[in-house]
Formats: sequence, structure tokens, C-alpha cells
Amino acid sequence: MELQTTIYLVVGLSFALYIGIAVWARAGSTSEFYAAGGAVHPVMNGMATAADWMSAASFISMAGLIANMGYGGGLFLMGWTGGYVLLAMLLAPYLRKFGKFTVPQFIGDRFYSKSASTVAVICLLTASITYIIGQMTGVGVAFSRFLGVSSEVGIYVGMGIVFLYAVFGGMKGITYTQVAQYIVLILAYTIPAIFISLQLTGVPLPQLGLGADMAGTDVSLLARLDQVVTDLGFGKYTTTTAGSTLNMFVYTMSLMIGTAGLPHVIMRFFTVPSVKDARSSAGWALVFIAILYTTAPAVAAMAKMNLHGTVNTAVAKGGDLYAAEASIKAEERPDWMKRWEKTGLLKFEDKNGDGRIQYYNDATKNADAKAKAEAAGWKGNELTVNADIIVLANPEIALLPNWVIALVAAGGLAAALSTAAGLLMAISAAVSHDLVKNVFMPDISEKGELLAGKISMAVAIVISGWLGLNPPGFAAGTVALAFGIAASSLFPAIMMGIFSKKMNKEGAMAGMLAGLFVTLFYVFAHKGIFFIKGTDFLPLIGGPNSFFGITPEAFGAIGALVNFAVAFAVDKVTKEPPEHIQHMVEAVRIPRGSKAVDGAH
Amino acid sequence: MQHDSSGYWKATLGLLTKILIVWFVVSFGAGILFADLLNGIKLGGYPLGFWFAHQGSMYIFIILIFYYAKKMGDIDRQFDVHED
Repeated sequence: MELQTTIYLVVGLSFALYIGIAVWARAGSTSEFYAAGGAVHPVMNGMATAADWMSAASFISMAGLIANMGYGGGLFLMGWTGGYVLLAMLLAPYLRKFGKFTVPQFIGDRFYSKSASTVAVICLLTASITYIIGQMTGVGVAFSRFLGVSSEVGIYVGMGIVFLYAVFGGMKGITYTQVAQYIVLILAYTIPAIFISLQLTGVPLPQLGLGADMAGTDVSLLARLDQVVTDLGFGKYTTTTAGSTLNMFVYTMSLMIGTAGLPHVIMRFFTVPSVKDARSSAGWALVFIAILYTTAPAVAAMAKMNLHGTVNTAVAKGGDLYAAEASIKAEERPDWMKRWEKTGLLKFEDKNGDGRIQYYNDATKNADAKAKAEAAGWKGNELTVNADIIVLANPEIALLPNWVIALVAAGGLAAALSTAAGLLMAISAAVSHDLVKNVFMPDISEKGELLAGKISMAVAIVISGWLGLNPPGFAAGTVALAFGIAASSLFPAIMMGIFSKKMNKEGAMAGMLAGLFVTLFYVFAHKGIFFIKGTDFLPLIGGPNSFFGITPEAFGAIGALVNFAVAFAVDKVTKEPPEHIQHMVEAVRIPRGSKAVDGAH
Repeated sequence: MQHDSSGYWKATLGLLTKILIVWFVVSFGAGILFADLLNGIKLGGYPLGFWFAHQGSMYIFIILIFYYAKKMGDIDRQFDVHED
């Protein structure tokens, strides 16, 4: 069967499966919408949480970035899993005991103030919309390949489908649909990885294959990869850090506390049956997330090896990478490269006119590699590969069967759509309930509230799709910005609300605003005001990464420090929270007396 | 025993501190600050520091959460504040 037909078939079947399950589950019980986790086994709940959590950034973008970054890419792996330890211990059980449904509700009640709740809504919206911009970038990549169009057209199509999915689908909250999405997504990720690990090392398990020897040799895969990439002038794969050790440290920290502060992740733990379950369900979610996350570094390293091996025959055979006949002839380049050229995300340009493709780092500081390239008559790197295509192109690069390629397309779409829909739900709840009903129009009808929610979803999609056309970075990089925003604004406020009885509303509000402002200031200086191209103001802060070499994606941890410091300073000079609030905090700290969450929030 | 809420909270914070130390040591310690040092040791084909950053810390995170859930359950019962 034709590749394109197979892709349509597999993607179509996967969507039929989700819709089928949604219809079947719905017929049983519509009333349990909010208590979706109530009657579901914690393991199932963990799978659903994992599907919700793993987005286009995890599925499509992350391994590609790791392939580019090497060792430094580990910050995504540690950051996006280590946050679950914080979530499980510091927030989830207490928020579950508190028994409300949204983050702004918790902030508003704990800090006895509608203004605090409104500040929380602003933080939540900023983080969520930034997150969706990253998703849209990923959705654009997936659809552009799926439909064979440019990535811009891919984004327009994606916007439409995400809208339909979120507004009319209502699949979110139906746990079994998400379980199905998880299964599609994880098969789509691991099957090609197993194939490729077998091809390269003869070891089926990618987690072990990455640490094994190349098939038929006694050189380990990582050692060979280090050798190939350093020869071609790139940084050594297993040691190249992300900027600096300090930057990697704060970047990882930022992703970890951002994970624990993201509203759509926290929301999942409000609806588990008990405090006890809130603790362990984070563990189960992490088990299912880790299946993908421990496979990703293998996908990254092996894809990088295969990519180099595709354009340079000396990678597999050994010998001189700079020999004239080692680079493949452009005419004989594999079909998958031609397919991706259509999307504009992979480009080939014959700079030295020899009809062959040279892929190397032409800006290298490695004098040896530079001399070799010049001696070989190479006139610059001729192949540009967008990092976001690595995972989707991976099975094609390894020449795997068509059904595997189709499965990966289905998995990428499932990941992108489920998370985008989840975030849109969080946005619509925050706008319609926490903002419109609580603050502006307390007597709005239920119908009006629903309409406000849908309008806010549509607005969020249009804004993020438009900004996604000129994204501030790769999908995973943009999503990292969202984590930084959540880390600097929401996480400290929630944590202080639980762990400090004396923290008052003035302190919490000042902290949130200061953390958010500082982080946005630094991010916008690099990426433009509200991510609009051309409005960046780098000279004002003294050039890129001027704060100790810290990149904007990593700045959330600094913002969180500012948040804590400002909150405690303001708290010192303003009056204590009232007695009943301090009692409430004490009650939140013990599990006994937990009640089912009031669904009609 | 329900009145000993400060004892309960102290026990909780003690457990959290222990776990956070391990959490920090495996990721920020072995995976980042001391990665170069550990890379001298090999785990199969993996340099050890690289392994902690790309594999090991994630396995340990999972163990930490389940350990926490179990120990917290014990503390709940010890101070008689568990759910029914």
C-alpha cells in the first residue's frame, strides 16, 4: 500500500477508536464528568494523566532537541520528570484535601481575597497560552507532514481541528479515551525505537541499546557517535552541556517547579478519590511518563547516528568522513528527504556544486575539523534539518515499514491534540468561572458561563495559532518558557499557602506579580513583547543571556526565587492572616476528613 | 492523638527533607554538578554522569514517589490522622 494511504488509514482508525470509546463511556455515565478518576483504578488514572501530560513537546520535539543538544538535553528529561516528585510531596495531597477544583480557587480561598484569585488567573492564562503556542508549533509540523503541505498551512489546519476537538468533543475528562490515547502514543513511540535499537546494536530494549556496542563491533554506540560528531566539528555528544553548568542547573530547576505549578497538571490530582490516592497516583503517572522519557534519549542518539549515516557512508563503514565519495550524491538521496523538503523543514543546498550533500558544523571551533573540511573543498554545511522533525522522520530515516511511519504520525497527533484540549479546558474554566463569574458578573447564568468559556477557548486558539506561525523557538523550547512562567508565579504561591501558616494575601500577591513580571521581562527582552517578532529589547538588559549567561527558557527558577523573597519581605511588614485561615491551613495538612470534590464548582 | 498535630507535621517535614536530599543528589548532583567527574566511570557503554542525566535519575524519581506514599501512610496511622 502507498505510504500516504497507510498514514490516512492508521490516523483515521485511531480517531475512530477515541470517538468510539467516548461514545461508549458517555452512554454509561455523564454525571461523573468531574469525578472522572473516582471509579477508575489508580493505574488507569496514571495512564490518563500521562496522556494528558505528554504533549507535542514531549512526543514530537523533545528527542530532536536532545539529538541536537546531546548531554545537555538531559535537562528536559530530568526537569519534566523530577517535577512529579515535588508535585507528589509538596502539593497534590494537600490540594486534594482542600477539595476545590481550580488553582485560582485555592489561591482565592487560602489568601482570603478575590484579588489574589484574579492575579492567579492572570498567571495561569499567561502560562497556558504560551504552552499552547508551543503545541501549535508541534501540531503544525505533524499536520504538514501528514497532509504534505507547508508548516504554515499545517498550523491553520491544526487550529481548526484543535478547536473542534476541544469545543465539541468533550473527550477530556473521559478517562478511558485518554487511556486509549496513551496506548497509541506509547506504541507509536516505542515500536520504532525498538526496531532501530535492534538494527544498530542488536539489543531490543532502547534503554539498554543506548548503552550497548554497535552491532558486530566492540565500540559502544555512544563512543562511535562521539567520534563521528566531533570529527564533523559538532560538540561531543555525551558531554556538551546546555550553555553552562549554571544554566543547565537553573533550567532543570525551572522545568521541575514549573511541572508542579502547571494548572492542567495540578487539576488532575483534585479529582482522585482520596489523599492517599493523590500521593501514589503521581507515582503511577510518572511510571507511564518514564516509559517514553527513558526511551527518548535512545531515540535521540540513534536518530542522530542514522541521520549522519544517511548522508555520509563512512559513518557506517568506517574510514575518512571527509573523503569525496563518502558524502552521498544529491540525486540519490532517499525519498524521505524529498518528502520532508516539501514541508520546508528540511533543506538541501549544494554550496560547493559537487552534487553531493555535506552535513557538518561549518561554524566549528575545532581547528582540526575546520582544516579537514577546507582541504576537502567543503564550502559550508549543505543540509538543514529542523529539530522538530526528528521524531516524526525517525522511522523513515531508518527505512522502517510504512505501518510504523503511519503509527508515529497517529501518535504525534494524539499527543498534540489531547494536551491542547486539556489546556483549553483549563483556560476556559479560569476565564468563565474564576474571572467572569467570580469577579465581573456574579449573577451570570450557567448558559452564559458556558458561552464565555467557549469564546475564551476560540480566542486562545486564534492568538496562539497566530503566534505559533512565528514561534519563539522549537516546540519544546516554547513549552519550556511556559513552565518558567508557571514556576515563577503559581508554584511559590501554592507552596507558601500550604507550608507557611503566616503567609498573608499581600505577600502572596506581591510575590506572584513580582515573579511573573521579572520572568516575563527577561523572556520578552529576548523573544519580543508577547512574543511578537521585532519587539524584543535586548540592548536594555545588556545583550542576550546577560544574567549570568542564563537563557530565557531557564529563567523561571530565578523568577521563583524573586517570588519567594518578595512574598516574605511584604509578609513581614503587613498584618497576619486571620485566625480562621491559619486553622484552615492546619486542617489541610492532615488527610483525615477529606471529602469528595464538589463537582459543580 | 489527633492533638499532636505539630508532631505529625514534624514527622512529615522530616520525611520530605530526606527525600528531597536524594532527589537533589541524583539529578542536580550526579546528573549535572558532578557529571564530568562521574563520566570517568563506565556503566556498560554509558559514561556514568551522562547515564544519571539521561536515564538514572528518572528511575530513582519513581522509586522516591512510591517510597514517600508508603512512608506517609505509616506516619498517618502512627498519628491517627489517616482516612477511614
